[in-house]
Amino acid sequence: MRYTISHQTSYQYNNAVSVAHHLIRLKPRELPYQRTLSYQLAAVPLPALVQSHQDYFGNTVNFLTIEGPHRQLEVSSRCEVEVSRNPWPLPASTLPWETVRELCRGDVYNSATEACEFTFSSPFVSPRPDFAEYADLSFPPGRPLLEAAVDLMRRIHTDFKFDPQATTVATPLDQVFRQRRGVCQDFAHFQIACLRALGLPGRYVSGYLETAAPPGKSKLVGADSSHAWIQLWCGQPGWVDLDPTNNLLPADRHITLAWGRDFADVSPLRGVLVGSGSHQLKVAVDVTPLRQAEGKEG
Amino acid sequence: MSQTDLVSSGSTLLAGYNPPAGSFDELVDANGQVRPHWRSVIASLERLTPEELAARQDNTLRVIREHGATYNVYSDGDRLGRPWSLDLLPLLIPANEWRQIESGLVQRARLLNLILSDLYGPQNLIKDGLLPPALLFGNPGFLRPCHDIRPARDRFLFIHGVDLARAADGSWWVLADRTQAPSGAGYTLENRLVLSRIFPDEFRENHVQRLASFFQSARDALRDLAPPGRNNPNIVLLTPGPFNETYSEQVFLARYLGFALVEGGDLTVRDRRVWLKTLEGLRPIDVILRRVDDTFCDPLELRGDSSLGVPGLLEAARAGNVAIGNAFGSGVVEIPALMAFLPAVCRHLLSEELKLPSLATWWCGQPSALDYVLQHLDELVIQRAFTPSGTEPLPGASLDGPSRATLLEKIRRAPFDFVAQEKMPLSTAPVWGLKQLEPRPVVLRAFASATDSGFAVMPGGLTRFSNSTEHNAVSMQRGGASKDTWVLADGPVSQLTLLKPAPRVIRLERGAIEVTSRVGDNLFWLGRYSERLEDLIRVLRCLFLRLTGEAGAEETSELRALVDLLVTLELLPPRFRGAYRLAGVEREIYLLIYQTHRLGTVREVAGRLRNLAFVLRDRFSADTWSILGRIQVSARARPGRADAGEALALLNALIADLAAFSGMEMENMTRGHGWRLLDLGRRLERGSNVVTLLQAALSLNSHGLAALDPLLEITDSVMTYRRRYFAQPQWPGVLDLLLADASNPRSLAFQADALAEHASQLPRETAPNGFEGPTTKIAALRDLLLNNDWQALAESSPKELEENAAALLNCCGSCLRAVSDSITHLYFTHAETRVS
Repeated sequence: MRYTISHQTSYQYNNAVSVAHHLIRLKPRELPYQRTLSYQLAAVPLPALVQSHQDYFGNTVNFLTIEGPHRQLEVSSRCEVEVSRNPWPLPASTLPWETVRELCRGDVYNSATEACEFTFSSPFVSPRPDFAEYADLSFPPGRPLLEAAVDLMRRIHTDFKFDPQATTVATPLDQVFRQRRGVCQDFAHFQIACLRALGLPGRYVSGYLETAAPPGKSKLVGADSSHAWIQLWCGQPGWVDLDPTNNLLPADRHITLAWGRDFADVSPLRGVLVGSGSHQLKVAVDVTPLRQAEGKEG
Repeated sequence: MSQTDLVSSGSTLLAGYNPPAGSFDELVDANGQVRPHWRSVIASLERLTPEELAARQDNTLRVIREHGATYNVYSDGDRLGRPWSLDLLPLLIPANEWRQIESGLVQRARLLNLILSDLYGPQNLIKDGLLPPALLFGNPGFLRPCHDIRPARDRFLFIHGVDLARAADGSWWVLADRTQAPSGAGYTLENRLVLSRIFPDEFRENHVQRLASFFQSARDALRDLAPPGRNNPNIVLLTPGPFNETYSEQVFLARYLGFALVEGGDLTVRDRRVWLKTLEGLRPIDVILRRVDDTFCDPLELRGDSSLGVPGLLEAARAGNVAIGNAFGSGVVEIPALMAFLPAVCRHLLSEELKLPSLATWWCGQPSALDYVLQHLDELVIQRAFTPSGTEPLPGASLDGPSRATLLEKIRRAPFDFVAQEKMPLSTAPVWGLKQLEPRPVVLRAFASATDSGFAVMPGGLTRFSNSTEHNAVSMQRGGASKDTWVLADGPVSQLTLLKPAPRVIRLERGAIEVTSRVGDNLFWLGRYSERLEDLIRVLRCLFLRLTGEAGAEETSELRALVDLLVTLELLPPRFRGAYRLAGVEREIYLLIYQTHRLGTVREVAGRLRNLAFVLRDRFSADTWSILGRIQVSARARPGRADAGEALALLNALIADLAAFSGMEMENMTRGHGWRLLDLGRRLERGSNVVTLLQAALSLNSHGLAALDPLLEITDSVMTYRRRYFAQPQWPGVLDLLLADASNPRSLAFQADALAEHASQLPRETAPNGFEGPTTKIAALRDLLLNNDWQALAESSPKELEENAAALLNCCGSCLRAVSDSITHLYFTHAETRVS
């Protein structure tokens, strides 16, 4: 499946800002199932500096500095991406979840060492005993890992209500758990927290979602904005994507930008500016499927 | 000489010195004999009477207070700035013993540097099975954004701090490593300066090794870290600021090393380089010695809620445009859990055995270690695996049923998060009690710093002791105290080693140290508040003297005018206008002096002055600082019940202290931009106060005349007026003297001249947003005063005079406000905010 994506972010500042630094993670990752055919990043006013480097997790980071007084900033990215995923492993065929937990204990170097990094707490995801309790129901002894995780995903999707008014970027996870409401970021963080509370490796994926419903398919949630979902390490098959907001294993409608331990590692735009006063933020994302490649989806 | 000998010879010094059994004592051996290397010091202490010793201890405290050394304890809110405490006796370490410690410390610093280099690079130690993955991935000190940032010469550790303790058998053990931004080196130096003054003879006779060369080579090494091509690198010490517990040490170190002390807000990153924001503009910075913890250094890439860091700093380090000591992320190795693996890693990386053993440590993340810990819980101390040692130790044995169960549950849930360490009784050293020496447990913090020829160890260190004999964990946060550490040399110590054979080329610097915008802002307000305080006190004193003076509280027209004047100035409530009881006025004045939570009282303004002085501590000499110290203390000392005599004495003392402060400032501050901004603030405030006073007096109409005498008193111009006019004050003379007469240092014209002079000397930067500089407004003010026809004003009718003077004063007032705004916009910084 092929897409063109445009992502517009605009900041309006109440007082002039003299210097601003921004970290941007908007370039789609190169993956066996994803190819980036083009990527352009532009900003107005013109940045004094644009640098790029790969971060620890392999995501591309653009470092951008705007100098001189400005009252607004527009960052726009455009890219063309092709996604074509292989079928996911059969959930029932994966290892018993305890086996993966043991592999990921992190006391010795082994095949799971890369994954074990994602079993520990991180800035936005602190596993708590009550999360483990919630997750337990899906994880009876010996159950295949992916089967259990899919069940957990289904329960989160049922128990939690998608509600953009309920949370902000800074809402702590225990509050999300109490009120059972949130957005894709909260759904993803919560499922990761549940997995980590059991000693299982879960990571956070930031990306886009094609929300337009093709004929015969239901419209997905997460309209016209960035999306977030998770990945679970399942042993030999490696990382498997799960989207708790939509209760599905992503196919070719999910475009991967970056991954990390949680939102803090992959925030699409993060900036610090010199100036006073408040600001308003507007984001517009447009994911357009390209006609000629549509056949693959069916 | 044995302990018994000392007692029988009439000495009380060691009479009660009974070190606890089962631990090592630094002073006496198992038989109670004074150890050889202590004999000379003890003998010279013996020659002093207890009174003399007590006097020396007092002397120590006094010297420390003069130096301004303090150690802030966070929870200590109101007593911010508690003096540093230093014991009279040093800890002595003989030469041969020190050589072993030294080589152990060098090895350890090398080792930790190699480990850092690996963990922030290829992570082979994990792949080769020498460090468990969880030790890195579960470690909050592992900062992923710092991965692959390679510091110059691979120097992650510039300075390494190690806490050492001596076991019962006399061997030294490492309790903890400090690798982010170790504190204590400055206190060590301060302790040395104090103690070598208290015991000059003992210091010389015992061949104590000097500290100066360590600092000198550390400074040179820091210069060498600068990116290539920067021959005279600019180095700064980055401080978390005056509220940090060890701020005074940072001030001291920065001064001693000759680096500018800066806060995060003083620096900015442009074009992947670090710049210091000064009044002159941006100055490039090449090397940063930091005292800000890892995660706080860059709100862009690390903790977003940090206001202590510099956005973009990591990117500058990534580009290799600035060297940082210690490198960001160095905290990853200052964890107890690493100790369990150091011996093997040392063998692997250095092909050597670890010379200085660490406290025996079991990391619960390994099943076998966990089993051992659970079986031996009572003999061990449980610690968080990734929190620097000593912060929250939990002795297993002391836990009762429920809290023990809670701890076990926590360990079972996240075993990798815990370590167990053996209990080690600390060695004891003599501490001067009130009359004699007493044994107290000690920990020694030693330091190594990276130089071109490898790590160099400071021959000395910061010895800390616990005030109770029972506590074995020594932490200054819990109220411990410190000692100097004397490392003895085999023979006489050469002074020559302090001098470098070939001095480097030095760039001559004329004038004051650069003033950052933040410091300039604070100095400006310090000037304003000191003048505001003086003016307030003068106004209050003027009224107070008339209420309580020997003339008695007479209901004079002058008193009535003065009360009205204070009502107009909004110092007294409006109900006092025209009708008041003297006792009521007196009570109001006490409130205006002593009330805390009310804007504009003497106490409140003095409090602001104190806060500003506090954040500017590093700008003042010890003398000036002690005057500023008096201003806060006297204003805070509230008499139990307000008493006229005491209140007046307080006001007088404050006036004298403020005068002493301005005298210090006039005579001792270099005429740099900092001084100019301080004086600008003072002049602006004084000018505004004169204007406000005259406006208030004019508004009293007919009985305003009765306020003129007090007004001259408040503005300290009584003598001049009398000498000129030999008569009761009249408006024309007063206006001329207080506004137009540029020879009167209290007049507005005098302030305007001073403002003009300062403005002409300050760097004229073009303000962002095209703000106008202060010069035009100052010129306008001077024109107003110069071109006014004062004689015509004097000859006009009282009503005309009143109207014309009021109009003139209004113009002057708005000029002064415009000058203040323009200075603020031109020179001072704005806050930073984060968006995402």
